[in-house]
Amino acid sequence: MAATETPLQGETIETIYEKGAPGRRAFVAPELDVPQVDGLLPDELRRAEGPRLPELSEPEIVRHYVRLSKRNFDLDSGFYPLGSCTMKHNPRLHERVAALPGHARLHPFQHPKRAQGALELMWNLERALGEISGLPHVSLQPSAGSHGELAGVLLAKAYHADRGETRTKVLTPDTAHGTNPATVTMAGLEVVKVGTNADGGVDLDDLRAKAGEDVACLMLTNPNTLGVFDANIEEIARIVHDVGAVLYYDGANLNAIMGITRPGDMGFDIVHFNLHKSFTQPHGGGGPGSGPIAVSERMEPYLMNPRIVRDDDGSFDLRDVSEKSIGRLRGFQGNYGCFVRSYAYIRSLGAEGLKDASVSAVLNANYLLARLGDVAEHLPLAYGRLCMHEFVLSGAPMKRELGIKTLDLAKRLLDHGYHPPTVYFPLLVDEALLIEPTETETRETLDGFADAIKTILAEAAEDPEIARTAPHTTPVRRLDEAGAAKRPVIRQPM
Amino acid sequence: MSTYTAITDADREAMLAAIGLADTDELFAAIPAALRLGRPLDLPPGQPEQDVYAHLRELAARNVSAEDEITFLGGGMYDHYVPALIDMLMSRSEFLTPYTPYQPEVSQGGLQVMFEYQTAISELTALPVANASVYEGPSALASAGYLAKLVNGRPRLVVSAGVHPHAIETLRTYAQGFGAEVVEVALRDGATDLDAWRAAIDDETGAVFFANPNFLGAVEDAEALAAAAGGGTGDERSRPVVIASYDPITLGILKPPGECGVDVCVGEGQPLGNRLDFGGPSFGFFAATEAYLRRMPGRIAGETVDADGRRGFVLTLQTREQHIRREKATSNICTAQALNALGGVVYLAWLGRRGIVELGELLLQRTHYAREALCAIDGVEPLHRRPVIREFAVTLPEWAPVDDVVERCAAEGVNPGLALPEHNGLLVAITEQRSRADIDRLAAVLADAVAEQAGKREMTGASNGRH
Repeated sequence: MAATETPLQGETIETIYEKGAPGRRAFVAPELDVPQVDGLLPDELRRAEGPRLPELSEPEIVRHYVRLSKRNFDLDSGFYPLGSCTMKHNPRLHERVAALPGHARLHPFQHPKRAQGALELMWNLERALGEISGLPHVSLQPSAGSHGELAGVLLAKAYHADRGETRTKVLTPDTAHGTNPATVTMAGLEVVKVGTNADGGVDLDDLRAKAGEDVACLMLTNPNTLGVFDANIEEIARIVHDVGAVLYYDGANLNAIMGITRPGDMGFDIVHFNLHKSFTQPHGGGGPGSGPIAVSERMEPYLMNPRIVRDDDGSFDLRDVSEKSIGRLRGFQGNYGCFVRSYAYIRSLGAEGLKDASVSAVLNANYLLARLGDVAEHLPLAYGRLCMHEFVLSGAPMKRELGIKTLDLAKRLLDHGYHPPTVYFPLLVDEALLIEPTETETRETLDGFADAIKTILAEAAEDPEIARTAPHTTPVRRLDEAGAAKRPVIRQPM
Repeated sequence: MSTYTAITDADREAMLAAIGLADTDELFAAIPAALRLGRPLDLPPGQPEQDVYAHLRELAARNVSAEDEITFLGGGMYDHYVPALIDMLMSRSEFLTPYTPYQPEVSQGGLQVMFEYQTAISELTALPVANASVYEGPSALASAGYLAKLVNGRPRLVVSAGVHPHAIETLRTYAQGFGAEVVEVALRDGATDLDAWRAAIDDETGAVFFANPNFLGAVEDAEALAAAAGGGTGDERSRPVVIASYDPITLGILKPPGECGVDVCVGEGQPLGNRLDFGGPSFGFFAATEAYLRRMPGRIAGETVDADGRRGFVLTLQTREQHIRREKATSNICTAQALNALGGVVYLAWLGRRGIVELGELLLQRTHYAREALCAIDGVEPLHRRPVIREFAVTLPEWAPVDDVVERCAAEGVNPGLALPEHNGLLVAITEQRSRADIDRLAAVLADAVAEQAGKREMTGASNGRH
């Protein structure tokens, strides 16, 4: 259902704390079936008054959250071309298999002998990710892409430390995801930015000037956030390796190259995957995700503990295998529920299907780009002629000539029933609009989206005020974000 | 095979013509020939949906889940009942399939859920500010360590040995990165040794960490532990940050961290309406005093108004976050666990104000009953005598190796809990799903298993005697 059809427009919704009545309840506690003993918890350790949680019946709770759900735009209802997020279809098979009690009700401390199915699944997923990335050693532990990045940078740090070297700098292109520099700081290293050349790739001269003996690694995604595959990647790898540094692959854009080329073959030492992107997880309004990493032979000793091992009798175990390991990044084995889904996806598609997914994603992106060629005078492609699975338009001419910003265009798209693309990222493109259609959209959908953009631009030529005040049909209109940050109200007052 | 795509041959021709290319290979012209894979990936061929389902079902069948045995496994994740309405709400497309609410006008539902979640966590912990969830418990604790680094920059982190071992390991890994030393304070009689704790805290200490209840199930004296580091008082930059990890299910009856001098409370959210999933996904919670609001990791939803003055919600204080501040961000967390946090807030609404207290009381009584029942077995002793709410530790007689005992119980369809090999002990967890009958069965099976080991010892002794 498009946002234009919502029955809830204009409705003000109370929070759950403003509903219900004292004494109402949904939960009935099981009977106290053991003899009651007083004084088990001394008064000084006891809570004087229960927490002020809501008091509602089950029907009220259901109705409240179902009404809230209707105030969300979702992928199952409409086109969601949010660049760099890979909002591809979420197969429902995945929800069914993840909910099987043998997966969903399996305790993480269950003895490995009694979790052989889970460990085999994880083992198979590790092998598949190793093959897809061209880097054979995999840890599934990280909880999200950014968590995988932290693992990767700590791995690079441990690798250098083990060789008796202290390297303090990490190079990141100015096109990098914001998580890359944030991760570097968390890992106690210093960010050094590398420029972008006219083709949208890494500026090799700048890279050569900055690549020194103090560099721990270069973090790169290829294709990058401009939708450009950096054809100089072999030279980049040479420059980085010549100074003894490690090459790190941000796997956020892996959806463009599965079965076509591999980070390991390009010379990368470490890669993180975003299972929630390339290998389909429902994005859940911002998680859960999963960010496994794969590494080359020389990085393997530093991988996180514990690892899955296959013993001579064919059985699987979980063991700490390396004394040089950076340790552990979270509790238990990682987001297993996500592994089940991505493993099902890889089994469904197989080698051929994964490649077809990437080819189709790139075809869809280039087709949409071609369809938007008609409006290139207002929204030109920022770099190149062809793109990979996503592309960046600049709204600068549109802003100058039609008087509407990229944000206005995005908000007006909401009135047409589309989720807008990513706006104002990557940072080096003025008025950036980053569009990623993914392989699961039909040609008709792409045509409809292109037509909507044309309609909005034509409308803006007549009356830019319509876009400037958009959206007009959503449950709420433009929100005061500055006010929210100035006087933060982040909880319901009781 | 199933590719979830819809491009027909005719579509492909028309699309390539629109682009001005003859072949899809030309789309990849930028990739140097030497880097092309040039062969199919070495993976099994794709399979139809029903075959994939059968395979995944077969793998599931080779696991022994909480559906297959009476389990007392805990140690950080617990087999609580997940009410049906949570499955229904978490599987609604509108919650399941959107991304981070970057466009608030069409994300009011998800944003309001975050706001309600933050409120619930604030209420549970009695701390005024909370984020909209982080990955899970141990990484939440480690992230709190990084927060302390941002606040006072001191190089030593003092952690109680009662903190979950995975959380201590995670903290050590993070600390390798941001450059801090982790010092562990031992337990005495199952709880943090207060004298050693006080002695370990000095001018170099950036943060102190304890867990409540701790890993061995003991309820700690949170006020004394926090007071030793000056928690909740004075200038937060000139003293250690007091960080505590709590089991949220106990906060209906346990004095909340915000009333004990704790500055930052973190924890594993799984017990709140999330399934076990072999360790994840679940969510971590993170609450703090006002002073730490602008340095907290992760997302925060805030209330505001729209152009017509109507109430609405947005992601706020984003200038802390990586997409704006890049290397100056207070954390690198981007995608967190919004869907799992939804499960958490729905669960708390389902329990309600009285329910969380009643559930806590039930667990308190049953846990005590179970400890008594197990310790009535000849040779089984409590590992400590501190108050316990939902989990407790016992030691087995030295002649009954814990691994053998666990094995014997499992053969009877009872998982007696987590083996603690260093104590030859067991960590036994109780939920509302383990009735008195289940506990009695555990006690009977465990008694038999221990007795059997005693029998083995006698036989071995006799056989030794003959030689």
